[in-house]
Amino acid sequence: MPAVQETVDRVRRIDVDQYRYGFETVIESEKAPKGLSEDTVRFISAKKNEPAWMLEWRLEAYRRWLTMTEPTWARVDYPRIDYQDLYYYSAPKPKKQLSSIDEIDPEILKTYEKLGIPLREVAVLEGVVKPQAEGEEAAPARSKIAVDAVFDSVSVATTFKEELKKAGVIFMPISEAIREHPELVQKYLGSVVPTSDNYFATLNSAVFSDGSFVYVPPGVRCPMELSTYFRINERNTGQFERTLIIADKGSYVSYLEGCTAPQRDENQLHAAVVELVAHDDAEIKYSTVQNWYPGNSEGVGGIYNFVTKRGDCRGVNSKISWTQVETGSAITWKYPSCILRGDNSRGEFYSIAISNGYQQVDSGTKMIHLGKNTTSRIISKGIAAGKSQNTYRGLVTAHRKATGARNYTACDSLLIGDKCGAHTVPYVEAKNSSATFEHEATTSKISEDVLFYCIQRGLSQEEAVGLVVNGFVKDVLQQLPMEFAVEAQKLISISLEGSVG
Amino acid sequence: MSLLEVKNLQVRVEDREILHGLSLTVNPGEVHAIMGPNGSGKSTLSHVIAGKPGYEVTGGEILFKGENLLEMAPDERAAKGVFLAFQYPVEIPGVATMNFLRTALNAQRKARGESEYSTPDFLKKVREVAKSLNIPQDMLKRGVNVGFSGGEKKRNEILQMALFEPSLCILDEMDSGLDIDALRIAADGVNALRSPDRAMVVITHYQRLLNYIVPDFVHVMSKGRVVKSGGKELALELEESGYARFEDAA
Repeated sequence: MPAVQETVDRVRRIDVDQYRYGFETVIESEKAPKGLSEDTVRFISAKKNEPAWMLEWRLEAYRRWLTMTEPTWARVDYPRIDYQDLYYYSAPKPKKQLSSIDEIDPEILKTYEKLGIPLREVAVLEGVVKPQAEGEEAAPARSKIAVDAVFDSVSVATTFKEELKKAGVIFMPISEAIREHPELVQKYLGSVVPTSDNYFATLNSAVFSDGSFVYVPPGVRCPMELSTYFRINERNTGQFERTLIIADKGSYVSYLEGCTAPQRDENQLHAAVVELVAHDDAEIKYSTVQNWYPGNSEGVGGIYNFVTKRGDCRGVNSKISWTQVETGSAITWKYPSCILRGDNSRGEFYSIAISNGYQQVDSGTKMIHLGKNTTSRIISKGIAAGKSQNTYRGLVTAHRKATGARNYTACDSLLIGDKCGAHTVPYVEAKNSSATFEHEATTSKISEDVLFYCIQRGLSQEEAVGLVVNGFVKDVLQQLPMEFAVEAQKLISISLEGSVG
Repeated sequence: MSLLEVKNLQVRVEDREILHGLSLTVNPGEVHAIMGPNGSGKSTLSHVIAGKPGYEVTGGEILFKGENLLEMAPDERAAKGVFLAFQYPVEIPGVATMNFLRTALNAQRKARGESEYSTPDFLKKVREVAKSLNIPQDMLKRGVNVGFSGGEKKRNEILQMALFEPSLCILDEMDSGLDIDALRIAADGVNALRSPDRAMVVITHYQRLLNYIVPDFVHVMSKGRVVKSGGKELALELEESGYARFEDAA
């Protein structure tokens, strides 16, 4: 990261900020030498005890990356990133070889406790009470969620491994999968997002250090929600995680992802790649609650989030559904997409993108219809407050052979205040006459009359904004698994604090 | 002590003075009707009492239960018992009416230092009130006022009035957009809420509403002042002679 060290009074900054996950964990860490070179790539590969093919794959990506230029088409503005001024690998220094969760550095366990992520399975099992959501229905007991926790560059704990194993589901850090299931990794890694895909994905291919790997065998319905929790802790360190999820024929898996980072006045780079593969009749539901540090109220610091997420509906009748709640990051550059290759396959994208302060969001999706009778649905809700810029960018395309392709897109933007901007950039291409594409877009301002109505009924200004916004995003919130929906609703209110008045 | 005392109130909107020294005293248990032609300042008065932004009070004061109302934030006024039934209730898409009612009620209770309602207690209370107002359960599940008819919107206002149990209810043009049957249902709802410790200020153009909600006092407003006050018979007088006579008086 360039040394964007600004001389802003630290104490005052902390006072102003609302970010609740901005604490730092003091632990010893082990880093790669600063900067990026073939040696860095070799260092990471060696740290992970990777086989030769993996190192070769990385080096090829690295060499290609050297020939590429950073894309500039997104509606985001940031100082040039100095890729030589970054650390590409940072791991908590192990006190000794870990064999159980009890041996994880207690500081790291404490961090996850503070974040509300239970790494001890017993803690999850004990947490049977959950807040009641909407009125009358009695709350079901909290379901089990298997968690993979990634701290800077490495996975520190994966829970419920044994139970999943019984069902035949593989859920482990990708660094382990490379060693233990090389045939699967070699077959699928880079098959959805090729190493040459784009600048940030290529960089990730060269230097990714960890992430999650999921394989659900044919006909298996994964018995619990799988979840990865990403935490950037170390200063000046990029996080490059790689997630690969494969749902074999007729299987089902629901995967959740959450992210936070300490608050710092420099920018931190996060360039992840997520690849999903759904075979015949399989379904993958991928949900994200992204709450990286967004920078302070004057636009200093925050995460640069350049992420490539793509799902391949490879088999007939397969389905991939992306749901995202994006409230964090200084810059978001992210387009979770679906390639609808199998006949009758279905892609979905449900998104809530909230920007406040000086945040810049350029996010959307691509639905690429290749197979016959493929369908896709895009529901995007953008909320801009403060001095932020919020862009929806989407592509819907039907190949010549994709007869009967159908898409429905609804993009709604809500503006809070008069110093922010919302933009919609839809691209629609149909190369055959039987495709049916519908696009609806609205932009509205949060109305003073609506706010006053709520306030006259006793709500504070902020509660009123939270309520109206939660109503605005309801269609998308409903797509989230229960536990996450409650969490996301709270997060939405928090991220809009101080946006009016 | 009076419930509401408006003393010599002067209010501007942008560069125009709308209220030029209005006074009004309302005691608990009383129903006051405020009548007057368009532009006489009736709605401005209701908005200023409720605390709507955009109005500048340049003189006078408003006391509510002896306290300076103008110093309180609008949500604070609501918690203290000021309720405004809107002429045009807004729509809030995606927010279920039931959820809205509970959020608002609990916000008020919290502000008063009272415990929040539990879900079962709340549901029981809402169902009772809704039933008495002939509001179907289905309506409570829909977004606040979304797709409601004019009559349903007004009944929803009265439902909230019944739930929040305010000590001062201001009904702004409650009869606008209602046919005679809808008006009767709404008026019955309001009458059921009349009580010795609650006062109502009914703002209306037409005498018609006052056949259903019979006031104790009638005030005629013109050009930003109360120009005549009297008993309920004043409304009938107005119906016959029109406002013109009073406009001259102002």
